[in-house]
Amino acid sequence: MELDLTKIAPELQEELNRNVMFTTLGTVKGWVRSNSLWPLTFGLACCAIEMMGTGGARYDLDRFGVIFRASPRQSDVMIVAGTVTKKMAPLLRRLYDQMPEPKWVIAMGSCATAGGPYVRSYSVVKGVDQIVPVDVYIPGCPPNPAALIYGINKLQDKIRYEAKTGRQVTSL
Amino acid sequence: MSDEKRKPTPEEKAKAAAEARAEAEAVRKLREHEAAGEASSADAKGAEAAADSSEQAAETPAPPSKPVSEMTPEEKAAAKAAAAAKAKAAAAAKVKAVQGGDGAGAAEEAPKAPSKNQPFLDKYVFRITEAFGADTLEASYINELAKDVPTLVVKKERWLEVAPFLKEDEQLGFDYLSDLHGVDYEDRMEVYYHFYSYKNRQSVAIKVKTDREQPTVPSVMDIWHGADWNEREAFDLLGIHFPGHRDMRRILLPDDWVGFPLRKDYVQYDEEV
Repeated sequence: MELDLTKIAPELQEELNRNVMFTTLGTVKGWVRSNSLWPLTFGLACCAIEMMGTGGARYDLDRFGVIFRASPRQSDVMIVAGTVTKKMAPLLRRLYDQMPEPKWVIAMGSCATAGGPYVRSYSVVKGVDQIVPVDVYIPGCPPNPAALIYGINKLQDKIRYEAKTGRQVTSL
Repeated sequence: MSDEKRKPTPEEKAKAAAEARAEAEAVRKLREHEAAGEASSADAKGAEAAADSSEQAAETPAPPSKPVSEMTPEEKAAAKAAAAAKAKAAAAAKVKAVQGGDGAGAAEEAPKAPSKNQPFLDKYVFRITEAFGADTLEASYINELAKDVPTLVVKKERWLEVAPFLKEDEQLGFDYLSDLHGVDYEDRMEVYYHFYSYKNRQSVAIKVKTDREQPTVPSVMDIWHGADWNEREAFDLLGIHFPGHRDMRRILLPDDWVGFPLRKDYVQYDEEV
């Protein structure tokens, strides 16, 4: 059947204008991925309290499509919130390996970023990037909910950019 | 006395300080004028300031006494003379303040009264030496840095005999182990125990010294079961072995950890990044 676009009824044309849009597959991929980031809850220290506060009613991470999961199998992003000890590091790596692709990591707070105040301790890993690849670093001790939301927004930017262009972000 | 007098409000303190400053200023001026041979106006001024401050000085002796103590003997004499001549009340208050300060100094020099825990220490030492002989204890003293706790240093070889006695003896009765930890003193290791007797409402601290190269102290796990994890912790972080412990393995660090990180000579493989 041939569709003659010039002979469409005006009301149908209006309906089409409201409902049909054209875009690229990469943009759609970025849109979908970045708006349903399901983090694996990885609270290890006081940063976890801020992360819980961000997930609560006042800051409400749900409005960004960020819904905490208690299983690595259902997660897209791991928010490492707190001090990673050398005893914890292998478990963190195992949970990261259990997450399905595509996956991202946010290092929340100075401990997860670089060891923080425990940088000279014998038992603390000096930055979670020694264990897993990190996409976004959030400074602060601990970062407040606004900082965490900003970090998540940065990660969303990164996901959209990479999906659209197919290039890796080094700095955005 | 009312609380107000013991604890002056900030306003009172500020007032007293200001008046003390005024007095010092007056005394300085007085000295200048005396040198010049015309003391009359300054005397009046000084008397006024001193009289003003006399009431405050009696209440809060500390601020006025400080300038006095900082003065040279001549200044002091001049100040005292002026005050005595012009305002006896102020002088009396000042002397009172100075005497108060002197009194406090004398109290510090006096020999210290024996600790209230001294009789308990004597009792513990007596009981232990009576039962095991005089060569059981290396030392015994009141630890003033730790709430005057009676402290006994027990010889390592005798520790396993003394420990059950501490718990079971009627007069000692230390049935609760409240603390156990190890210390690295670089020339030796020590294990520190803190016991409490719920029956006698008394506590005692025990120290057991050991060699640093092969640190071993007999386990008291079977006497106070709470020693189980504390001894594992001392082993984990300092490498002190406790023969007689039934589950001697690391408790905090991973099982494959190398070395004992709380030892003074421990070298980290990743000091900083």
